Amino acid sequence: MASDSDSDGDFVTFGTPLEPLEEDEPLRKPVPLHEQTVKDEKGRYQRFHGAFTGGFSAGYFNTVGTKEGWTPATFVSSRQQKAGRQNARPEDFMDEEDLGDHGIAPRQITTTADFASGRKDVIRDKARAITSLSAPIPGDTVLEDLVAPARSSMGVELLRKMGWKDGQGVGPRVKRRLCKQRADSATRAFGSASPPNGSSGSQDEEDGEFVPENVTFAPKDVTPIDFTPKVDLHGLGYRGLNPLAALRGGPGAGHINLFTVDSDRTNSLFGEDRKGQRRRGGVAGQGFGVGAMEDDDEDIYHRDIMSNYDTVLGGEEPGDGLYGWTAPQQYNRKKKDHSKDAAYLGKILEGFTLASDKLETKTIFPPPNLPRDFRPVHYFRPVVDLSSVSPMVAQALQTSRGHMAQEEPSKGGRHQLDSAQRRELLGEATLQGPSSVFDLFSVLGSCQITESLLNPSRFAPHAEQQQEALSVWSGPTAQAQTGQTFKPFERTPHKQARYDLYIDQLKQGDRDALELSLDPTMTEWERGRERDEFVRAALLYKPSSSSLSCRFTRGKQDDAVEANTVEVTRDLENDVDDKQAAVKMKMFGKLTRDTFEWHPDNLLCKRFNVPDPYPGSGFVGMPKVKRDKFSVFNFLTVSESPTASASPAPQGVKASEPGKRSRWDVSGQAGDKERKEKDPVSEFLSVARIEASGSGPEASTTDGPTTDPTVEVLVPSYYITHFHQNDGKSSDGFLLKENDGRMEEEKEEGVLGSGKAGTGPQISNQLNVNTTQPGPPVSTTPSQHPDFVFKTPSGPAAAPPPRDQEMEEEEFGPRLPPPSSTLTAEGCPSLTPSAKDDKHKKKCKEKHKAKKHGKHKKDKKQKKKHKRHKHKGKQKKSSKKEESSDSSSEGSDGNSQEDGEEGGGVSTEELLRRLKGIRGKKLQ
Amino acid sequence: MSFPQPKPEVPQLPQNLLRTIDCQQGAVRAVRFNADGNYLLSCGSDKSLKLWSVSRGTLLKTYSGHGYEVLDADGSYDNSQLCSCSSDKTVILWDVATGQVTRKLRGHAGKVNCVQFNEEATVILSGSIDGTVRCWDTRSRKFDPIQILDEAQDGVSSLKVSEHELLTGSVDGRVRRYDLRMGQLHVDFINSPITCVCFSADGQCTLTSSLDSTVRLLDKSTGEMLGEFTGHKMKGYKLDCCLSSKDTHVLSCSEDGHVYCWDLVEGSLMLKLPVGKAVVQSLSFHPSETRLLTAMEGRVQVWGAEPEETEEDVVVVKQEKA
Repeated sequence: MASDSDSDGDFVTFGTPLEPLEEDEPLRKPVPLHEQTVKDEKGRYQRFHGAFTGGFSAGYFNTVGTKEGWTPATFVSSRQQKAGRQNARPEDFMDEEDLGDHGIAPRQITTTADFASGRKDVIRDKARAITSLSAPIPGDTVLEDLVAPARSSMGVELLRKMGWKDGQGVGPRVKRRLCKQRADSATRAFGSASPPNGSSGSQDEEDGEFVPENVTFAPKDVTPIDFTPKVDLHGLGYRGLNPLAALRGGPGAGHINLFTVDSDRTNSLFGEDRKGQRRRGGVAGQGFGVGAMEDDDEDIYHRDIMSNYDTVLGGEEPGDGLYGWTAPQQYNRKKKDHSKDAAYLGKILEGFTLASDKLETKTIFPPPNLPRDFRPVHYFRPVVDLSSVSPMVAQALQTSRGHMAQEEPSKGGRHQLDSAQRRELLGEATLQGPSSVFDLFSVLGSCQITESLLNPSRFAPHAEQQQEALSVWSGPTAQAQTGQTFKPFERTPHKQARYDLYIDQLKQGDRDALELSLDPTMTEWERGRERDEFVRAALLYKPSSSSLSCRFTRGKQDDAVEANTVEVTRDLENDVDDKQAAVKMKMFGKLTRDTFEWHPDNLLCKRFNVPDPYPGSGFVGMPKVKRDKFSVFNFLTVSESPTASASPAPQGVKASEPGKRSRWDVSGQAGDKERKEKDPVSEFLSVARIEASGSGPEASTTDGPTTDPTVEVLVPSYYITHFHQNDGKSSDGFLLKENDGRMEEEKEEGVLGSGKAGTGPQISNQLNVNTTQPGPPVSTTPSQHPDFVFKTPSGPAAAPPPRDQEMEEEEFGPRLPPPSSTLTAEGCPSLTPSAKDDKHKKKCKEKHKAKKHGKHKKDKKQKKKHKRHKHKGKQKKSSKKEESSDSSSEGSDGNSQEDGEEGGGVSTEELLRRLKGIRGKKLQ
Repeated sequence: MSFPQPKPEVPQLPQNLLRTIDCQQGAVRAVRFNADGNYLLSCGSDKSLKLWSVSRGTLLKTYSGHGYEVLDADGSYDNSQLCSCSSDKTVILWDVATGQVTRKLRGHAGKVNCVQFNEEATVILSGSIDGTVRCWDTRSRKFDPIQILDEAQDGVSSLKVSEHELLTGSVDGRVRRYDLRMGQLHVDFINSPITCVCFSADGQCTLTSSLDSTVRLLDKSTGEMLGEFTGHKMKGYKLDCCLSSKDTHVLSCSEDGHVYCWDLVEGSLMLKLPVGKAVVQSLSFHPSETRLLTAMEGRVQVWGAEPEETEEDVVVVKQEKA
């Protein structure tokens, strides 16, 4: 105790100290639970419920002190004070703690309505909307809307008191002049009515006609910026379907009515409701039905009228764009400005105004004029080794290049180029399709043309031809004929135009028609070609014939496109001559090998477990290109051989078959040995070849160019057409070339023996020639071999070669050896040629006999029988060429037999067939 | 340490006649070993295809269904299927066991000279006198060829297939090698109608026989000639040539009734096997052993390196033992 009192002043005490214990004081009773109370600062009891709840309530235990619980401490009757007590606020019923920070109505410092700015009270708006709905007249808040308490915020009051007037800006006063002057200068600078600078700045400018010197003006008002953040996720200006607005009704209330007329929209823009528009609740409009409460049928079905749509592109609305709206315009607003706002029919987004001055349109300058000879891409001209190509081609290339450089400056502008020239400049590929008049010609016509093409002076059509064309076209018939129906160059319009010009000038009797009509910008070579074509076309389609042709109409569908093009493999084999020479010298390898691109089928690759080397390639096999069948270019590869200028055979051109090459073609290539070599290698080879052939027994006497009138000119090595003429000699030589000497001698004998200028039955003799060899039949070189050559001139059947091998010449390529069964008759199976021959002889004799008895049985049946007999009895005629179809080959072998045996006795049918063959041959 | 390499065995030549089979089916157009060399196929001119056991020389099955003489045949790797081609322009896929026609493939415009399975027997390739090679799918139900190779300008006389390559010899005197993996076609010009083409076993060379009585060994990749083998006679008939199983020798039929056998490297004639008096039409070399099949007229002969003890001998030996 003493220590306690002593240390009183030294220690800080906290809480209430316990009462000092008396020694002899009896123990006091502990305070009962209900007496352990906690009171708040106002002396009200607070009771802890328990350890966990930690709170207090005004419930049962909180009414401690009174047994019955809650009783108002004091009851004061307010009966007398009723009048004085106006209205109880909710706060009146609240405790202090309710108003505290954590209470239900915390007290904050907020701006009162007096000081609040124009922001809308959202809750209040909502409440009003609801009440308007629940009001006896739905939507009837008009009165409240109209009679709004005139209330201005305290700020405005203060401003007013400071001398601010409505419509002015806030801030120090400014001098007017500066602004004015600036506007003036701007006006001068633009030379037009200056666009208003500010949002409402026009007002100041307009009334400032007379501005005293020392007068200042209030600054312009500034449109307050609405800083309401955008909280929704809609697009700018999108409002969605506002149910409130929908319920309030009205077309302008917020629905975007697609079918309102423009004027309606304009009106609603000005805030005016439509006349006679009744406000009603609910959703209404076109597309919605009429409710039971509606008394009149509204137009719920949309009747669209054309006036809803603009009929003029970009047309301005008539008048001021107000459609009769004559409300007083704001007094000093520029009309233009006003109409601009009004004319803007789209919805102006909240917080946006129309731009007062237009966006500057960007001036886009046209690209600079390129120099005429400018090419965006450097085109590498293929370097042509002049030694490797024929001088003719080289010259052509050079001239074309030279001309291009010289003549281009003389051209007008780039706009005067036609499509072909542009294509040329751009380096694009020429379009596919027949490019020349020759595509339209008949075989005969093209014969004539090629004939004339073979002239050395190919590109200078004869003067007489021109003369002839002139005389023909300037004649009266041509004059009479007005419309020219024939258009040979229809596919190339500019060419046709030139041709038309040419014809016109021909009609006028102009001697220089040709030169005048040609395009001077073209190269010499092209011009020459065109000159030639024009003259020829003019001659071929002269008016006399065209008068006849007017009886015919041109086919709608141009089947010529299909018919005149041939699919040719793109990669072509090298010169066969070179290869042959290489083979002779046993120089296999590069010289004899060609490698092509080849596209296997995707499925085939799959089956072979190999990835497709060309995935996605659209074709299969060798790449093919379409070529004109009768394009001039097919004939223009001139070889410089001395025989080039030789006149061709009357029917020198063979109508080439589309598709695969025939043996003839190969042989034709092989045949014209006099063709010029293309490069040093081949030259070298050719020397070797000549040597080789010289050492050979045949010594190539038969195919010498001197004796051979064959024209193997102008045959591109790959192309199908041949000018192979079938004089007996030439073809013989050509035949013999491939065989060894012995055979050839014999053959030659046969051929020469058979003489000249026979027809019909002698054909077989010619065929027999092949068989005179003692060894296995000639068919060693079938690819170089014509099958069943219809050799025209052959001697009478006087000296028929041994008949016994007639059968064998029908074969080509390697055959199959004869089965032994046929030979067993002679005991030991022997297949030596002699034995075979004997056998054959026997057979033939039998046949001969049979035939003599049976006379001329030459119908097919008979032949077939023959054939079958042969096949069974003798050896198999195996490698018959399939191209000569069964019937024909059968026919021919049958013929060969019969002809051999019976000489002149041939059926008319057979003769006819042969005749055809010969003619076909001649045509080649 | 390493053991010295065993001395390479001197390659033996099939010079001893082991067996002669008279096929009884007209002329035998082609004779072929099957994949493992235990059986042989003979294509007869009497429209039948026959399957024989090589070791015993007994007829196992006759497959008839062709409309004309059978020209070539091939067996699949698993011996389950056969294909054959004929002058009747068809190619037939046979089931070996039942002898039924699995499918008959029509499409060629002329007689079909040669036929081959590919490695997995999923494709049949057939070359015809119409100048085309047709690739028939054996898997799908389609009866149209997968692809038609019509590059040949004349009849295709011979055709061989390796893993991803197709070698064709044509009467236009060109050997064409279609490389499926590279997507290329290599054409070698021989200037004489090709009768037969072969791959070497190592796949580096091609063997080509042509009607100028020459067999040429060409480098596959460059087309250069590695060897030329002459002496035999091949002027008009479509005769076969082949390489021995270990690429040591080149063999060719001849029209003078012999089979000529040259050393591949030296090119010297090693053996002139007298088969008969007629033309040796076809030959086939055993895939692994030194055994050769030749076909002449109606007979097929089996040749081996050593004379094999005949069955009678075996029987005699057995009897003695008993």
